Amino acid sequence: MLAGFQGLALAALGARLYYLSVVNGEKYRLRADKNRISIRLIAPERGEIFDRNGEKLATNTQDLRVLLVPEQTDQLQPTLKKVQEIIEIDDRRLARIERRIKRQRQFVPVTLAQGLDWQTFSRLNVEIPRLPGVQTDAGLSRLYPGGNSIAHLIGYMSSPDEEDVAKSPLYQLPGFKVGRQGLERRYEPQLRGASGTRRVEVNSVGREIRELPPREEAARGGDLHLTLDMALQRYVVEQLGEEAAGVVVLDVASGDVLAMASSPGYDPNEFTRGISNANWQSLLKDPRSPLLNKSVSGQYPPGSTIKMIVALAALEQGLISADSTYFCNGKHRLGNHTFHCWQNRGHGKMDMMEAVANSCDVYFYKVAEKLDIDLIADMAKRFGLGATFDIGVDGEKEGLVPTRSWKRIYQQQSWQLGETLNVAIGQGAMLATPLQLAVMTARLATGMAVVPRLVNGDQDVAAFFPTLDVNPFHLATVQRTMAMVMEPGGTAHDYARKKSAIAQAGKTGTAQVRRITLEERAGDGGVIDNAELPWKSRDHALFVGYAPVETPRVAVSVVVQHGGGGSSVAAPLARKIMDFTLAEKPKSPTPAGQV
Amino acid sequence: MGTARMFGPRRVEKPVLQRIAGLNWGIVLANVLLAAAGFAMLYSVAGGTWDPWASRQMFRFGVALVVMLVIAVIDIRYWMAIAYPAWFLGIMLLVAVELVGDTGMGGRRWLDIGFMRLQPSELVKIATVMALARYFHGRNYFQSRSLRSLVVPLLLLIIPFALVVRQPDLGTALMIVVGGVAVMFLAGVPAWLFIVSGVAITAAIPVAWQFLRDYQRDRILTFINPESDPLGAGYQIAQSKIAIGSGGTTGKGFMEGTQSHLNFLPEMKTDFIFTALVEEFGLMGAAIVLALYGIVLGYGLLMGIGCRNQFGRLLASGLAVSLFLYVLINVGMVMGLLPVVGVPLPLISYGGSAMLTWMVAYGLILSVSTHRHVTIAPKGSGII
Repeated sequence: MLAGFQGLALAALGARLYYLSVVNGEKYRLRADKNRISIRLIAPERGEIFDRNGEKLATNTQDLRVLLVPEQTDQLQPTLKKVQEIIEIDDRRLARIERRIKRQRQFVPVTLAQGLDWQTFSRLNVEIPRLPGVQTDAGLSRLYPGGNSIAHLIGYMSSPDEEDVAKSPLYQLPGFKVGRQGLERRYEPQLRGASGTRRVEVNSVGREIRELPPREEAARGGDLHLTLDMALQRYVVEQLGEEAAGVVVLDVASGDVLAMASSPGYDPNEFTRGISNANWQSLLKDPRSPLLNKSVSGQYPPGSTIKMIVALAALEQGLISADSTYFCNGKHRLGNHTFHCWQNRGHGKMDMMEAVANSCDVYFYKVAEKLDIDLIADMAKRFGLGATFDIGVDGEKEGLVPTRSWKRIYQQQSWQLGETLNVAIGQGAMLATPLQLAVMTARLATGMAVVPRLVNGDQDVAAFFPTLDVNPFHLATVQRTMAMVMEPGGTAHDYARKKSAIAQAGKTGTAQVRRITLEERAGDGGVIDNAELPWKSRDHALFVGYAPVETPRVAVSVVVQHGGGGSSVAAPLARKIMDFTLAEKPKSPTPAGQV
Repeated sequence: MGTARMFGPRRVEKPVLQRIAGLNWGIVLANVLLAAAGFAMLYSVAGGTWDPWASRQMFRFGVALVVMLVIAVIDIRYWMAIAYPAWFLGIMLLVAVELVGDTGMGGRRWLDIGFMRLQPSELVKIATVMALARYFHGRNYFQSRSLRSLVVPLLLLIIPFALVVRQPDLGTALMIVVGGVAVMFLAGVPAWLFIVSGVAITAAIPVAWQFLRDYQRDRILTFINPESDPLGAGYQIAQSKIAIGSGGTTGKGFMEGTQSHLNFLPEMKTDFIFTALVEEFGLMGAAIVLALYGIVLGYGLLMGIGCRNQFGRLLASGLAVSLFLYVLINVGMVMGLLPVVGVPLPLISYGGSAMLTWMVAYGLILSVSTHRHVTIAPKGSGII
């Protein structure tokens, strides 16, 4: 009987065995494969960013780093302690790592340290067996050789957050970064590339044992070619020095942005490495706002640089001719309000050439009295003010071109003639960005609706812009007034033209940021000199220009925040920048002057 | 030969050498083959090296084999004489474990006696069968049926059971009971008694539940519904079933088991070694191993039946049932038929205790076989 029981039990075991391995064998074989085979992503190499001459603006360098997979470590603290014996991790960083480990999903690797040298890296590799969950990784890290001179355009990379991870599984890869700002963010899909896959056999804790073919390689991200000329960009940044300024240099024929600088800058490499809190705070608190890309995000009153637009509007309306003259005695009365010329004692009798060359305000008050604000606004918009061009960098602002309807909608008031007078000298509500001013200048220089572009500098887009449809004689008149600015007697001659071999055209602008009271004007010293004012109260210095006068190739705009006078501060900078640009051999893939 | 006769007319057995020669070497070989299967699997799960498991296991088996052969040739009457003392010794050791034992795997089980760690519950497993066989020896069928004569056997059974449960080691405790019950059943204790007790025990389950440790409850709950805890205890069964199932008819081949080599299998060198074996050798390999166990234990039962003395009859059958239970629980466990109770597969699993138990018990079975023609007086007189 016992033997029977035994036989029965053995038969039961055999039946179960048969059931598992034969009847359900296929199912369990699949599950065993699912257990052991893991599909791993291969990180693609990120595309690089080049300037128009093939100089690297963003590239990848090998980065030796050490990672920790929280899930695979049995005891976090002792493991971290052991790693600390080999590499230095300061307490604050350690605290940050621990916070991240708590926050993240446990299988996402956390970077403990990066940028290791070979010696430390090999020591770590030797110690790996007694450091559960710790991995070393020779990955790629983003490097910006241009440093702070192009930070505002390129942006930077940082670790992906939960939102990114939801978009693509690639972002879960250790050390994989996502473009955070500027071109890096805007062109993220193109630069990132496509992940490859490989099948690996893993053991129960997920450690790789071997790779099983086939392997699908990752597709490298596409490169980005900019229209930027890095040599020029560096020169511009160097010239700006410590000033808070925005500069844009355009190729007038193609609209290529040759330089787009904002000063002061910051080092994007610091963000890629993980910026320290102290440095971040100092960037945030700096009154010269280094994080702001002033060339597209800075909105300034255009000052006298708007005068060409006002003159052109009046000419097009047939209200005045180039020869029409007005008398400037230093002030202009409208009702019971007095409008002052910057030249207190007055300019005397002025025609349009002299008025622009001297930047006479009274002349433009009188012209503006005849003009409707909407006519000025219309002309300003035709020349690119109030518009964005979507060139690919962050924070492009629209500026402001005030109109009657704008005032009705936003201030629930009707337009006053006095405001037109203010706008006519570039004060009042009107605002423009350096990019818009550069576009305006390029359009004044060519009469074409030049559109700026920054990316795809390698692609030869047909740069035939439509005409702006203004009377060529009127345009030529305005162009001549701009040339006069640089001639003897013009506001920029002494500061700029006489030092240059190339004939340039331009216009100075000085934008007030404070209200000048009657008492101050009447006082002994007259209007207080910029140098005696606190930085925040000083005028913005502006200059727009193009060169050469006869066959324009380059347009430039310079805005120096609280820099003082447009003649003394902005004009010399613009002169140097134009000289530098034209002195370079034309290497542009879209040759200038082809139009 | 002459010396043997000096002790009396009943001493009909042959001298030692002859007794050794008279052993059933086929069945000894079957044991060796089972152990060899264990060596192979230990070699495999170690990743293709003899160190550290296979070589030590071989050494242990060598020692255990000698122990078995020595036991096999020692007179059955000697074993009968020490049946009660062995039981007492076992109980004392269990008490000692309770007081000064080492803790491991969630319970107090081991006793460190200097040169080795002893697991007294294993000794008690054998000693209980011996003591019960000794008790029923010389009691005829009718005596066995009287309820009064059941008092002592029940004590012999319940005391070790209670002590082992306290450790707590439910698996071993149950094996002690079933081995003992088998002896009692063979001795003629009426079947209805077992049925009644069975019902009583079933009724007592809710009460017993209160005394179980958390990990034991987990194991039972997990057994009932393995998917309830796929990362904990259920993980073991799930992975084990995957390994067995994925082996198919002929297995993945020696050293090719993915589940075991990539560490998905838990405890693969001890409790789950049968799983690793099936994964690599498939249904065929498993059938051969189970058949070997069947042959070896079937032989044990046969020896019991064929023995001329009551003690040997009960001892061999009881031990064969005990050992069979060992195999049944382990194999049933890894295939998901029984709860995970942490019972190794004797001879094949890595570890000395189970192997030694098996070899000592099998030595006793062989001793019964060797001395199957010996008749012993009811009171066991005439020896030592």
